[in-house]
Amino acid sequence: MTRTVLFAIAILAGLAILALAPAFLGEYGLGFMVSLMSYVTLATAWAMFSGPTRYISLATVAFFGIGAYTVAVFNETLPYPFVLIVAISIGALLATFVGFATLRLAGVYFVIFSFGLAELVRQLITWFEVNITGTLGRYIFLPFETRHIYWQLLALAAVTIGIGFWIRQTRLGLALKVIGDDELVAAHSGIALARTKVLLFVLSASLMTLAGAIQSPRWVYIEPAIVFNPTISFLTVIMALLGGATRLWGPALGVIPLMILFEWLSASFPDHFSIFLGAMFILIVFLLPKGVLSAVETRLARLKREANA
Amino acid sequence: MLISTLMFGLVLGGTYALVALGLSMQYGISRIMNLAHGEFMIAAAFCAYVLFDFAGLSPLVTLLIAPLIGFGLSWLIYTVMMHPLVKRAANRGQLEADSILATFGLLFILQGIMLVVFGSDFTSYSYLNIPIDIFGVTIAVSRVVAFGLSLFLGLVLYVLITRSRWGATLRAVALSPASAPLVGIQVDKVARQAFAIGGALAASGGVLVSMFVTFSATGGVVFTMKALIVVIMGGVGNLLGALIAGLALGVIETFVTSYFDPGLSLASTYLLFIIVLLWRPQGLFGSVRS
Repeated sequence: MTRTVLFAIAILAGLAILALAPAFLGEYGLGFMVSLMSYVTLATAWAMFSGPTRYISLATVAFFGIGAYTVAVFNETLPYPFVLIVAISIGALLATFVGFATLRLAGVYFVIFSFGLAELVRQLITWFEVNITGTLGRYIFLPFETRHIYWQLLALAAVTIGIGFWIRQTRLGLALKVIGDDELVAAHSGIALARTKVLLFVLSASLMTLAGAIQSPRWVYIEPAIVFNPTISFLTVIMALLGGATRLWGPALGVIPLMILFEWLSASFPDHFSIFLGAMFILIVFLLPKGVLSAVETRLARLKREANA
Repeated sequence: MLISTLMFGLVLGGTYALVALGLSMQYGISRIMNLAHGEFMIAAAFCAYVLFDFAGLSPLVTLLIAPLIGFGLSWLIYTVMMHPLVKRAANRGQLEADSILATFGLLFILQGIMLVVFGSDFTSYSYLNIPIDIFGVTIAVSRVVAFGLSLFLGLVLYVLITRSRWGATLRAVALSPASAPLVGIQVDKVARQAFAIGGALAASGGVLVSMFVTFSATGGVVFTMKALIVVIMGGVGNLLGALIAGLALGVIETFVTSYFDPGLSLASTYLLFIIVLLWRPQGLFGSVRS
């Protein structure tokens, strides 16, 4: 009991310190923190679905981009909270459709579908804007400064990790654990496989959509090519994998070192950025297949055993 | 208009089919889902362009060289990168996840190298751009040659796999990698061969497509996507199915781009994919198997 209380106090203190960050950081530092919170949300939301099911989703930016673009379309006609609701609804609707089309089948269908989803959505929006509305490229005028966006993203990241924690306590979390271990056993113990997976995918996609929507005022000017940038999907996966996709804190932990590294790489080697990224990706798959957290735990357990022996 | 659209579609579909056959070999037999497949294709297209523009070498000569390089490179990649993953994987699902992630990284490496070397501009060259008349349709000779060659290569592979003893070992591994060793088949060797042949097919597809299409360093992803969808449409491991599905996709896409909007090419591919997923997930020509 005391441990739980201490843990809760530590988390609240951490949140309070993070919330005070705008007071200490300059514009550059705060911009970095905005990206950091955005990726913590994306990576945690990604791992929420892809961790237990092992279905690798390459479609993060499809939902992120939908969120950002929805804000660009409605920011002048609807009040801000309604814009966010519209964004979530569109993201959730698309996720439901994709989920029901692919998640009843083997995982590979889902991966293939998610592989091109962002490009598909980008092409459709571009086509629609060019041919129907005639406005490619939109402006976002919202009275937000960087710190306002930062606070919203901090709250979203906290909520996302909170949802991840909560799922682990519920029957849904238990069902996911069984599905991850053995689908056949899960089906035989009466778990509705497809429905559980779709539910989780929709939840994860909604959070990604919201991250895109909240972050969008940072761009001011938005075009489909800007918000549907495939590197975002790629970074999300690599961050979640580095920390460990099956752990609650894993993805968030993976974000911090990689953000710093990418910041440095994109400044020092802008032309060779994607080569480094690809190489790092392969290294992580080979050396840390379960993520840093579990690698450290295995090492600690071995040390303890050796100390006892 | 109708017949010309059909013919342009078939030409495009021929290369789709060839690239999809390569992917089908890699996924159906070697069990590696290769997301960097399209990058091999684009690399071969650049190879054809460089040899043609700077050395005056005909793409038809490159068609003899590039697949060999593709074969060797894929052989190496399987041995160095994929084999450890195959050995490590406890089950098929894990191998699938691992290979998707590893080849996703490979995609970015290859794309990054091509971006550094060639930049991000669209490239093309003019080879055999002589118009001829077939069924009242004016079409460039290069397209006809490309179509003939892709169909020829596809059919040769099909006959080899369905009629030869070597093909039988490949099919055995595709059907059941666990029981193939019981009849003296070295699964490892066969998987490596199939993966390498897949790379050779991607390279030949790339050389052929470069004869009549403009391409760029980042264009591989879309080809991979279409090849994946063709493989699913034809039924995983069904080579004739992939051949027919590839041709069909080329025709449908050309119809959509010429009658509706060129910006909707990917949307038409996806529409087809969704129909297949909802209606016949085992593929148009696949049989029901677990």
